[in-house]
Amino acid sequence: MSTVEAPADAQRGELSDWLRERISHAVSEFTAATALVVLFVALTFASPYFLTTDNLFNIGAQTAVIAIIATAQTMVIITKGIDLSVGSVAALAGVLGAMVVRDLGFPLWAATAVAIGVGALAGLLNGLLVTAARIPPFIATLGTMSVGRGLVFIITGAVGVYGLPRSFQLLGNGEIMGIPFAVVITVLVAVGVAFLLSQTRFGQYTYAMGSNLEAARRSGIRVGRHLTGVYVLAGVLVGLGGMIAASRVNSGQPNYGISLELDVIAAAVIGGASLFGGQGRIVGTIIGAFLIALVRNGAVLLDISIHYQQVIVGVIIWAAVYFDQYRRRRLESRG
Amino acid sequence: MATTPTASADVDESPSAGEPPVLEARGIVKRFGHVEALRGADFTVRRGEVVALIGDNGAGKSTLIKTLSGVHPPDEGEILVGGRPVRFATPVDARRAGVETVYQDLAVADDLSVAANLYLGREILRSGPLGRLGLLDKRAMRQGAAAALDELGVRIPRVTTPIAMLSGGQRQCVAVARAIIWATNVVILDEPTAALGVVQTGRVLDVVRRARDAGMSVVLVSHNMPQVLEIADRVEVLRLGRRAAQLRADEVSTDDLVAAMTGSAGTDRDGR
Repeated sequence: MSTVEAPADAQRGELSDWLRERISHAVSEFTAATALVVLFVALTFASPYFLTTDNLFNIGAQTAVIAIIATAQTMVIITKGIDLSVGSVAALAGVLGAMVVRDLGFPLWAATAVAIGVGALAGLLNGLLVTAARIPPFIATLGTMSVGRGLVFIITGAVGVYGLPRSFQLLGNGEIMGIPFAVVITVLVAVGVAFLLSQTRFGQYTYAMGSNLEAARRSGIRVGRHLTGVYVLAGVLVGLGGMIAASRVNSGQPNYGISLELDVIAAAVIGGASLFGGQGRIVGTIIGAFLIALVRNGAVLLDISIHYQQVIVGVIIWAAVYFDQYRRRRLESRG
Repeated sequence: MATTPTASADVDESPSAGEPPVLEARGIVKRFGHVEALRGADFTVRRGEVVALIGDNGAGKSTLIKTLSGVHPPDEGEILVGGRPVRFATPVDARRAGVETVYQDLAVADDLSVAANLYLGREILRSGPLGRLGLLDKRAMRQGAAAALDELGVRIPRVTTPIAMLSGGQRQCVAVARAIIWATNVVILDEPTAALGVVQTGRVLDVVRRARDAGMSVVLVSHNMPQVLEIADRVEVLRLGRRAAQLRADEVSTDDLVAAMTGSAGTDRDGR
């Protein structure tokens, strides 16, 4: 009576269990990667401009901003949160980064630090609203989105920040050995965050909070502090992304990033991050960001209007979330 | 039907009567607004025994468990661990005192692996500067988890499996094992088998027995009277926020338990 017998299905082979685990982890990443390849091939045939060096460079830089901010979004989504303020905060960071260069003569690195600082402050605000004021993330960041956008227009008088030195373009349009500088930064960010999430205690707690907040709390994790940390780190990346975006157009644009949250949420969810929390990997998010950037780029090359792009991205979000729900239901019905 | 006294059995004959109880609550009062959930409740756990805590709905079982696990600090009364007064302001305080609790539905993080759950909040970090940066020693945790589960006889496919992929029984075994592994004094289980089938329930109870045989004290909250009599050494009955009876499990029937819970002298219920 003292031994607990192995459940029958454990005997059926560790291999099948191992496979099932792997597959369930990677299935959305695999689907997204397949879609990416299909879209890439299709666009190659559909447009003669697609596979040109210039366009690929362009896609790389475009993907970079979406990927960095989607990485931030993924961290927040893993905690069962959401950050709707990314577009406004990126615009605020980019505009302020441009202004300190134009008006105060800051060097690029210092301006980048300012942009990142702006993002971090916005993240701290989001984090405190969620943890200390206990406002649900959706509403908290919706407020920040509105406040941020308002501040951008107030600060700039709704006029873009122009008259920047050429050096301002380094982050967005510069290159190292033919590779866009922005892509290099993106790779560093993605590898860093992926490592953080999968190999460190910070990452472990991030997944734990999104999976079961109360269990995390009762395990002695200081969830308030930790959750705030996630939002701050996300803000840092959003600030960096905003700076790169401003650098690409060599100006601070108060209108930048409107509905950017949709693109990055889509990227994260396509890549397997679950809006129910606890799941999400950076590899998937990067694939998702690529897919979104390709959709945008392809639509431009094929002369599909921006309005249709909106429709397409919306449908992609539906599909990705439906798929996520479906997967969850199947897991739960296993009991 | 035989009449049953509500507080009959003498409890001071248990094996470790000499040493102070490993966990004791005295005169616990807990109010929520105008509602007095506990009105001077007493509770005793001795080393190496399985104590069942039973009571009708609203008797205060959950509240008592929560004061003993630090979720709800009591308004009055004292808690003693090994005879020494302690204050549990948070669950972390209780855990530091060696009291681990498995809550009904809040036990595990579904998306994390079995190993990650066993070490949640107590991760093993790499040694050296990398560890100070928070780098996990996943290998050590995998091995530790596998060894600990093996010792408790819990069989799961792999310690890297996410909890969501386990059956309900396996999941509960992991939750219970987690508490047992870290507890040094008492493991409190709140309805650990309420949602489980017969076979799965048996597995969880086997884990409990193993822990008891290894010298752990276990508090079991349950509504399942036959199960209480099957696994518990002693039964404490709570009624209207107070201890109504302390009974020896091998001396009573389910009818006696129900009588003690309801306060009726006789009973016509079947104890379920």
